Amino acid sequence: MMGRLLTFSFLFVLWMVFSGQFDSFHLGMGVVSAALVTGFTGAFHSGGTVKGAYDRLGRFPKLIGYFVWLVLEVFKANLHVFTLAFRPNVHEALDPQVIRFKTSLKTDFAKFVLGNSITLTPGTVTLMIEGDEFVVHAITRQAAADLPGEMERRVAEVFEA
Amino acid sequence: MENAYLETFFIGVGCTLFLLMFLVMYRIAKGPLVIDRIMGANIVGTKTMLLLVLFGLIYERVDMFVDLALTYALLNFIGSVAVAKYFRRQVAQRDATTDGTPLESGGSHD
Amino acid sequence: MTEGMGIGPIEIVSMALIGSGVIFFAGAVAGILRFPDYYTRIHAAGKGDTLSTLLIALGFAVYNLGDLSFHNILTSIKILMICVFIFITGPTTTHVLMEAGYALGFKHWKKDGDQEEEEP
Repeated sequence: MMGRLLTFSFLFVLWMVFSGQFDSFHLGMGVVSAALVTGFTGAFHSGGTVKGAYDRLGRFPKLIGYFVWLVLEVFKANLHVFTLAFRPNVHEALDPQVIRFKTSLKTDFAKFVLGNSITLTPGTVTLMIEGDEFVVHAITRQAAADLPGEMERRVAEVFEA
Repeated sequence: MENAYLETFFIGVGCTLFLLMFLVMYRIAKGPLVIDRIMGANIVGTKTMLLLVLFGLIYERVDMFVDLALTYALLNFIGSVAVAKYFRRQVAQRDATTDGTPLESGGSHD
Repeated sequence: MTEGMGIGPIEIVSMALIGSGVIFFAGAVAGILRFPDYYTRIHAAGKGDTLSTLLIALGFAVYNLGDLSFHNILTSIKILMICVFIFITGPTTTHVLMEAGYALGFKHWKKDGDQEEEEP
């Protein structure tokens, strides 16, 4: 019930931001559509996914810390791509390889976050996630050597209590 | 837009973005793989969304153009994922009809 | 808002964000055009496209806060939502395309191997 209420209020606030009109007609339509969507997605509230998401709200400070670290990594990744792309002899600098490693993460959401983070960080892109195994394409030998490293530890810290 | 300097800057940004999008068009036209083309189309789509917001800023109707941009971003994402899924499913069907090996066990079959 | 040529701190911040976004996008385009195979090209696309879109959209949101009114704040929040959406979907699209290419069985370019073109 708590989850439904949170979903409803979240959707309603989203409606208000997107519509930008605050007369009774628009607000009434917002209540109706938020209630409808909350009703349609009822199956999610009994399962673990949304409940887990609400539990995670308690770990908000850690999430912010992870986000700041991730944004820094994204900047590093872009500088890396930038220097590689404007190098006169690109083919010398690249040394692509495909590597596989097993992760210790258990929940699907944590795996999703790790996959997206790997894609955003320097020199690596997630190719495939098969159960516990990540297949990662690394653009240089150096980037391949850094995996999975501290990122997995950070993801486990934030998204798996 | 009141500020002449900023208007020039925004128009310059728009032209640069358009030029760079045009360079990506080369990748779309040339290929060589079909997924190269999807990737290029995806990039052109994201930047078109930015150009929409830029038009809104220049003509001072951001409130209207931002909704269009949001919809464009959603459709762009869904389109790319749908096309990629389509090719993925084709491969799965090809595997099922030829040798029956599951696709997930490596994917290196040619 | 005052008439005239004033470029205040808000304008400078937004111009810096937009300018760096365009520069990163130029890097991504150079990577897309020059890298040898599909997998390396999508490295450039996935990273450069996500960050440059984020930076430029943030710059627009900051500029839009130049004269504060309720509706402008709402519009900036909408642009921020575009940013959040791009931040989640950018890597996801990259991953989906990459997985499709991997499933189709394209070989990835190796440094020492002779650089044959992959099948069309």
